[in-house]
Amino acid sequence: MTIRVVHYINQFYAGLGGEEAANHLPESREGVVGPGMQLKALFGDRAEIVGTVICGDGYYGEHMEEARAECLKLIGAFKPDLLVAGPGFNAGRYGVACGDVCAEAGKALGIPTVTALYPENPGVELYAKKTVVVQAADSARGMKAALEGMARVGLKLAAGEPMGPARLEGTISRGIRKNFFSTTNGAERAVAMLLDKIAGKPFRTEYEMPVFNRIPPAAPIKDMKKATIALVSSGGIVPKGNPDHIRVSSAETYGRYDISNLDDLTPETYESVHGGYDRVWASEDPDVVLPVDVMRELEREGVFAKLYDHIYTTTGTGTAVAHAERFGREIGAQLKEAGVDGVILTST
Amino acid sequence: MRLELHEVHVSDIQWGPKTEVRDHVLYVSREEAAASVSGDDRFASVRLDLARPGESVRIIPVKDVVEPRVKLKGGRGYFPGFFAPPETAGDGVTLVLKGAAVVTCGPIVAFQEGFIDMSGTGADYTPFSGTRNLVLTVEPATDLGKHAYEEALRLAGLKLGLYLAEACRDARVDEVRVFDKGSIVEESAKYPDLPRILYVCMAITQGLLHDTYLYSADLKTVLPTLIHPNEVLDGALVSGNCVSACDKNTTYHHVNNPVVEALYKRHGKDLNFLGVVPAVEDVRLAGKERASSMNAALARNLGAHGVVVTEEGYGNPDTDLCLNAKKCEQLGIRTVVISDEAAGTDGASQGLADATPEMSAFVSSGNVNEMIEVPAMKTVLGHPEAIAHLSGGAAESLRPDGSMFVELQAVIGSTCELGFSRVGCEWI
Repeated sequence: MTIRVVHYINQFYAGLGGEEAANHLPESREGVVGPGMQLKALFGDRAEIVGTVICGDGYYGEHMEEARAECLKLIGAFKPDLLVAGPGFNAGRYGVACGDVCAEAGKALGIPTVTALYPENPGVELYAKKTVVVQAADSARGMKAALEGMARVGLKLAAGEPMGPARLEGTISRGIRKNFFSTTNGAERAVAMLLDKIAGKPFRTEYEMPVFNRIPPAAPIKDMKKATIALVSSGGIVPKGNPDHIRVSSAETYGRYDISNLDDLTPETYESVHGGYDRVWASEDPDVVLPVDVMRELEREGVFAKLYDHIYTTTGTGTAVAHAERFGREIGAQLKEAGVDGVILTST
Repeated sequence: MRLELHEVHVSDIQWGPKTEVRDHVLYVSREEAAASVSGDDRFASVRLDLARPGESVRIIPVKDVVEPRVKLKGGRGYFPGFFAPPETAGDGVTLVLKGAAVVTCGPIVAFQEGFIDMSGTGADYTPFSGTRNLVLTVEPATDLGKHAYEEALRLAGLKLGLYLAEACRDARVDEVRVFDKGSIVEESAKYPDLPRILYVCMAITQGLLHDTYLYSADLKTVLPTLIHPNEVLDGALVSGNCVSACDKNTTYHHVNNPVVEALYKRHGKDLNFLGVVPAVEDVRLAGKERASSMNAALARNLGAHGVVVTEEGYGNPDTDLCLNAKKCEQLGIRTVVISDEAAGTDGASQGLADATPEMSAFVSSGNVNEMIEVPAMKTVLGHPEAIAHLSGGAAESLRPDGSMFVELQAVIGSTCELGFSRVGCEWI
């Protein structure tokens, strides 16, 4: 069965004019228009461009909801298996329109979509996660390569074939890491990379160093004797039975538990579920990881005014930094709201 | 130092009246093999099973994997300090039952171990779906502490591997692999123009069931030291780790260290392989600083132009990895690291717990958090419910039909940071 394709283009590539025609209302035509001709040749008999939907860039940008709804109706009427939009190169409004129509058509019609944009086109940042964006040159000089890329990727998507890494597919990364099987093992790749590095030859690192957010520390506590202190831990200490099912590793949640009536964590009431360390002693005496007992003593001695009534806890092993950041933001906000002055973070 | 690995190719494993290799089939006397490890009163029971490539078998929870080996010349027994005199490994002749493995399994150390599927999706990610496995499952004696159990099971695995090889010492050898390299002075005189490369092999050395042994010495108490690559390939390093399955180096990985093999392959052609530093991963920052400084100093004093650093584990060892790369690079020694990533189940998170700009040449061994779906297996050896407590698993991982939806990190050796497999992460 031939794949049915709809091609989305703007007024300029439809030959209707430049800025003066930018408010052209959405319309559809049977078959190919403008660059669709080359795209048709690239598809050959594997796919057929059944229709072209055209909309002025100005109209799409200024009346996004109406333009989107109208375009989706026109696209849907062709009953396509695949939507191809652009290429939009570095044209800002066109790029946004291509990205938006692809993202929405993908969602509403459940079909694969592909466009082609220059990496700096604003449409990339807005829509790269919602559609597939082939990397294009900044201007129509790169038309041939962009159309070839869209045709190749489009056919692959329509056939439901798995996509390879962005650098090999010629697409712009969505910022997602995925496992693939390489042709050689990691050790051989490492030795080859090292020899290139020593020889001053170009080499491709397989993971660019992430940049960590630096968080400025809070001001010191002026008077500890009046301070409320909270305990927060990534050491996996939870009420016995792990009532909130916090994962033993790669946690995506944390727990908040009332300790206002507790002087001490005992093996009958608390345990460690952490999957990254030997839990023998932490389960015999959970205070070694989450020191409620010592904090109560210090509280009685008046070293600080009050131990906060709740503890926050999760397991910090294999935990994605994105989740850890979210935990920190949420817990920090709640503690601040509760008037907590300082926090002791315990880890393992 | 000259090591000959006399490899007997094993293409099947079967029970038999006596333990021997005939026509590439490893026959195992179940009674005799069990007797070789059942003398330990720390075990309530010992059970042996077979698992072959392609079979519908799951082994869970797995502690260690051992390649059956025995010294034929230049020593006796195997694993110096454990089942051989604590003398230098790496010279002489070693018999290897290539294609066979001993897999140890049991219920106590049930929270930081992994699983091996012999077929299905999970099998693609572990090297041990491709070996013919003798699976040792032991139930502990009542009230046996975890640490005693770990030691007992570790030793039993090594012993069983040695038993198999010892029983087959007269088997016909299919392939001889020779690893021959002189002293650093000799090799440097032979290859004055080739870049000198040192290999820093980080190992988890953190106590509390996170240990590695060098000639049976607990590595966390050992300062960085230089060993000949042959020593690694001949049983100097033994795993005592109960840690996330995906990136712990089993004893099998150590004797088949792919970085050592890759450097050896190009020694005298593209590079001059100086040697291996088994490096500690301390739990304390001061310990990390000391170890990385000493590793870099060793590299400098040996005149290294480049260093390969491999990590074991993730999380706080990422800091050791960064410090090793940073300190070498600051001395002008080019560095490449091999590490996995914890990029989240959606792959959208940054993947390291620490980073440094000097780590500019990074080989990825995969995202440990990526989810995989593995089908139910007809036979489960060990304790299937353990998945709830394994790193990468959760209470809901094991479905009623026996299939599982788990993170890759629950699979033994799936993201091994020695670069053992072909898995790696890419941007999509």
